[in-house]
Amino acid sequence: MKNTTFQRGMASAKNYAGLIGALIAMCVLFGFASENFFTLSTLSTLSNDIPTLVVMAVGMTFVLIIGGIDLSVGSVMALAASILSLATVHWGWPVWASGLLGMAAATICGATTGLISVGWRIPSFIVSLGVLEIARGLAYQVTDSRTEYIGSAVEFISAPIVFGLSPAILIALAIVVAGQLVLTKSVLGRHWIGIGTNEEAVRLSGIAPRPRKVLVYALMGLLSGVGALFQVSRLEAADPNGGVGMELQVIAAVVIGGTSLMGGRGSVISTFIGVLIISVLEAGLAQVGVSEPMKRIVTGLVIVAAVVLDTYRRRGERA
Amino acid sequence: MTVEPTAAAPALAGQPAPAPLLSLTDIGKTYVEPVLRGVALQLHAGQVLALTGENGAGKSTLSKIVCGLEPATTGAMLLDGQPFQPASRAAAEQLGIRMVMQELNLLPTLSVAENLYLNQLPNRYGWIDRAKLERDAIAQMAKVGLNDIDPWTPVGQLGIGHQQMIEIARNLIGECRLLVLDEPTAMLTHREVELLFVQIERLKAAGVAIIYISHRLEELKRVADRIVVLRDGEMVCDDAIAGYSSADLVRLMVGRAADAEIDLSGRVIGAPLLRVHELGRKGVVHPTSLEVKAGQIVGIAGLIGSGRTELLRLIFGADSADSGQVFVGDTTVAAVINTPKDAVEAGIAMITEDRKGQGLLLQQSIAVNSTLARLEGVSKGGWLDGNAEAAVGADYIERLGVRSRNSAQAVAELSGGNQQKVVMARWLYRDVPVMLFDEPTRGIDIGAKFDIYHLLADLARQGKGLLIVSSDLRELMLICDRIAVMSAGRIVETFERGAWSQDAILSAAFSGYLGSNDHTHNDTAASAA
Repeated sequence: MKNTTFQRGMASAKNYAGLIGALIAMCVLFGFASENFFTLSTLSTLSNDIPTLVVMAVGMTFVLIIGGIDLSVGSVMALAASILSLATVHWGWPVWASGLLGMAAATICGATTGLISVGWRIPSFIVSLGVLEIARGLAYQVTDSRTEYIGSAVEFISAPIVFGLSPAILIALAIVVAGQLVLTKSVLGRHWIGIGTNEEAVRLSGIAPRPRKVLVYALMGLLSGVGALFQVSRLEAADPNGGVGMELQVIAAVVIGGTSLMGGRGSVISTFIGVLIISVLEAGLAQVGVSEPMKRIVTGLVIVAAVVLDTYRRRGERA
Repeated sequence: MTVEPTAAAPALAGQPAPAPLLSLTDIGKTYVEPVLRGVALQLHAGQVLALTGENGAGKSTLSKIVCGLEPATTGAMLLDGQPFQPASRAAAEQLGIRMVMQELNLLPTLSVAENLYLNQLPNRYGWIDRAKLERDAIAQMAKVGLNDIDPWTPVGQLGIGHQQMIEIARNLIGECRLLVLDEPTAMLTHREVELLFVQIERLKAAGVAIIYISHRLEELKRVADRIVVLRDGEMVCDDAIAGYSSADLVRLMVGRAADAEIDLSGRVIGAPLLRVHELGRKGVVHPTSLEVKAGQIVGIAGLIGSGRTELLRLIFGADSADSGQVFVGDTTVAAVINTPKDAVEAGIAMITEDRKGQGLLLQQSIAVNSTLARLEGVSKGGWLDGNAEAAVGADYIERLGVRSRNSAQAVAELSGGNQQKVVMARWLYRDVPVMLFDEPTRGIDIGAKFDIYHLLADLARQGKGLLIVSSDLRELMLICDRIAVMSAGRIVETFERGAWSQDAILSAAFSGYLGSNDHTHNDTAASAA
């Protein structure tokens, strides 16, 4: 029986081989193109940028797996950050309490998207588009549209503690591992995959799909709140304009990781590698001195190429 | 000057025998299992051929082959004596072979005119020529007797009957020599059916050959010249329709009872397990009562749309009932069933007729599918045990004889019969006392069917109560202790084993539709058998 577990492990390692290969190829390419690529500064840029993206991409993986989408995550993150700063700066709350308040607000945003789209059977695409606007408006309201400086109280979350790694990145990694375990090893994860594959079959098997779907959106909100905490700690400030367009970055990372937009299929580990690919790509392009417009064009091309490749891979599997 | 047709057929006694428009020899089709074998027939211009048979007998497959939607596995077709092998529906349409499918293919938000000419909109440099479109549409609509409809009406605003006529009109654009109508009256009211028949006569007079697929026997006798009956993929009758009674046709469709018997012995009929009391839903199922005892197999017969599936869904909480109660076990306390979850917890399982759409997680493995309804059995504290799951999957593969590599194989790769066994495995593992089956053997081959029958008998031996909906009368008569017949949303008659006959069951199935000429759109307008 040990043997089968081992074999399953090997099989899943094979699934990641392509992604890891692409990541390594990119690093090698940028290493040759720019002598500065393999430096501490690149690494620290990466490890600063990544945690927020990672935790939000984990949430988005679950959302896509149940066949939904959440476009509000960038604004929800900004709202959570704004509330955090309001509580810390103006109410004098300790950071841990204002952090929890921000995460609670983000969770409520996610749960709202879930309740409305699941309750009235409205596509989550459109509901989350509305919530995107609402959360952004609230963020401006809360901060009077100004960036709030919080100072060093939150800095420690992004400061390196072991091997140059910050608590933020350690927490993000822990969330990746936990997310992957929940997805592949828990009853709840199995229900989510089932819902994304065939919701009616799950319902007729005596499992209530709707509360489980709402839970995914609430979790997405919570993880956007965690992302906000990381973001605020890195900038030592809350920017109500923060996270504009971030939903696209998050979704791109998840899709590059091979999670299906149709639901039912995905992996948190692959999403993590997807985040690395996107981040290395952006950092590398910046290093070789590519202009901002060009950077966006290249990133866009990579996303499209990744999805096309994934389609071929799946067709190959079916044949 | 008169030119005699230079048809290939030899002239006999000075009179040219009409050459067939279409002739089929030895047409067969095999998907995983053969669904059509050795079909040979000839069709002449101006002839209406009735094609009938039970569900799954091969009617639709045959018409799809003729219309280029599916290639035949064996055999050859001749059109006007020339080899005819349409590569696509468009290719067949080029040669004047048209088909009106059961499901209408219209765009409800576009106008009648636009729908008619969708693939060939008259235009100048890409701008629609509205004047010409209107002229053409009016002319085309006149061909099917739709003179009083504005061609700019959105199709969605018309009744289903008019939509059907528009679908037919669309198929009459350009050359139409052979028109296939697949269950054209399934959704029509009585008056709309009459309208359709007038148009069929008109087309016939214009020399169009028609294949009319239906299992409404009275209708066939009215419109058709010839009858072809398919049974299990083979032609069992090709004859002038005049001499046949409805009873003859039913006998041909159904055939003799299957020779094999299912061993139903060793069962102990016990206390009531499922009592349904006045359960109903407006417009779908009239308040209905029935009872299933432990060890008993009860069947529900009836036409499609008679409320059979809907009744099962009400019992299972898949749809919500407006009235009535369900009792599970020998109790006087009604079960509270609002969702399938409630039903399963009360001890009811339902195996749906739509295996792929509502039963299986196709892309997932046999193990995942068989444990879905009882993940508690293969997990501890919410965490799954992959080895336990695989073991459950392997156990049911063994017990039910699922042909597969191993329990990690995706169910999408299995044949229909084996997929059905996986659905059954899910509920066997969940182990509930009451099991509802909707078309448990639909679309699966005869060997697997008997596997399922034996399994059903075993379940009854274990003391479970089974309620089975089926369109296959032979199947119900083979395995049931009692058959309730539904018609127009209510149980009209109940037969005990030994006291039933096919004719009696069929006439009960039709009885609810007798003498009701003013259906609303959604009602099934069936003629009497």
